[in-house]
Amino acid sequence: MKVPQISEEEAKARIARRVALDFADGDVVNLGIGIPSMVMDYVPKGVRVLLQTENGMLGMGPAARGDERTIEIIGAGGAFVTVLPGGSFFASDVSFGLIRGGHIDYTVLGTLEVDQEGNIANWMIPGKLIPGMGGAMDLVTGARKVYVATLHTNSGRPKIVRRCSLPLTGKGVVSKIFTEMAVFERLGGRLVLQEIAPDADLEAVRALTEADFDVSANLCAMRGVEG
Amino acid sequence: MPSYIKPVMSADEAVSMIPDGATVMVGGFNVGGVPYSLTEALLRRGTKDLTLISNDTATESRGHGKLVASGQVKKVIASHIGLNRMTQRLYNEGKLEVEFVPQGTLAERIRAGGFGLGGILTPTGVGTPVEEGKRVVEVNGRRYLLELPLRADFALIKAKKADRMGNLWYYGNARNFNPLMAAAADTVIAEVDEIVEVGEIDPNDVHTPGILVDVLVLKEYDLPI
Repeated sequence: MKVPQISEEEAKARIARRVALDFADGDVVNLGIGIPSMVMDYVPKGVRVLLQTENGMLGMGPAARGDERTIEIIGAGGAFVTVLPGGSFFASDVSFGLIRGGHIDYTVLGTLEVDQEGNIANWMIPGKLIPGMGGAMDLVTGARKVYVATLHTNSGRPKIVRRCSLPLTGKGVVSKIFTEMAVFERLGGRLVLQEIAPDADLEAVRALTEADFDVSANLCAMRGVEG
Repeated sequence: MPSYIKPVMSADEAVSMIPDGATVMVGGFNVGGVPYSLTEALLRRGTKDLTLISNDTATESRGHGKLVASGQVKKVIASHIGLNRMTQRLYNEGKLEVEFVPQGTLAERIRAGGFGLGGILTPTGVGTPVEEGKRVVEVNGRRYLLELPLRADFALIKAKKADRMGNLWYYGNARNFNPLMAAAADTVIAEVDEIVEVGEIDPNDVHTPGILVDVLVLKEYDLPI
């Protein structure tokens, strides 16, 4: 059994790099906190994606520095950011109209659990952690593609499960799951293993994934990872 | 003074209109677009038993988050409380009621409340705990939740600039919930960085028409960054 021998930081960077490879020039993308927020660092040269933040901006640019910083232009995580030429600002009804109305190509989210039915649970752990759903429920409902970017396990326990045990954020909404070991896609109501990292093997993916999944006839090495 | 010219008050004077037990909307998302002078004034006044409607509850040491921490709030309607440890603690201890509303649904419920709609139908939350207790309506084969309008006694909002008629212009993504709340409360208090004469804001740039605004407050407090 072959499991990637990399640090958590390397694992997160690997996942972010792989997600970024799916974007095409002109795509409109909303990124969640955690690993998803790292994806922009890896978008290939020549590909310009338009970042949406749910607090009302399209065309988010890099971090703001020095005097540029204002609490009136922030990312969804509260960081001071800039707006790129061609960007726009709007109120929350328009922002979520864009999200719910199918005008966002990709939402990339982290998760607590994701399951083989495409359910995602990432907004609360009853009795413990109750941050609330923020914009996540609208994003998983309305974005054209819902990407989950997550470490494969949490303290050794699989995060890709048969059935989510935590309260759901969205039902049957997940398009793809990216981990440091593998890429899964939901096709025809089934979870299909599409890519496997060069430093992992199928035995390890099976051992660390609770969900049932099919193996693609075109299974290939995980893109963006050095062999 | 003609009635379309809006009174300018201090933050303390403006929030003195708010009685104990009032339902209060507070604009903003995270640090942006929050009327900090007004939330500080409410904290000073100690108005209690408030129902707070806001996207989030800030942090325990900032903005309306301080009102939760000081025990002035009995109920919160919000999409996110994750950055305020006191909101989470009081909720877990059963001392604070929290109604979680997905952010897009919150925006639409406030919009419905302000713009005369009996509710809205949204696919957001179908198949999740948000569906519980709600009417499900099927339209063209897709399931939607009927979400009801939200209104408040007072809305405390933040804009960059106002003219003396109360016309508002926002800056950056500090706009967020503010223009929606401006329509959805009986009394709207707008905190602004600058008040200019009528005509100095181009009508093309007015985001919130002045007829929705009752009182103007010039910003007295800046959040340190």
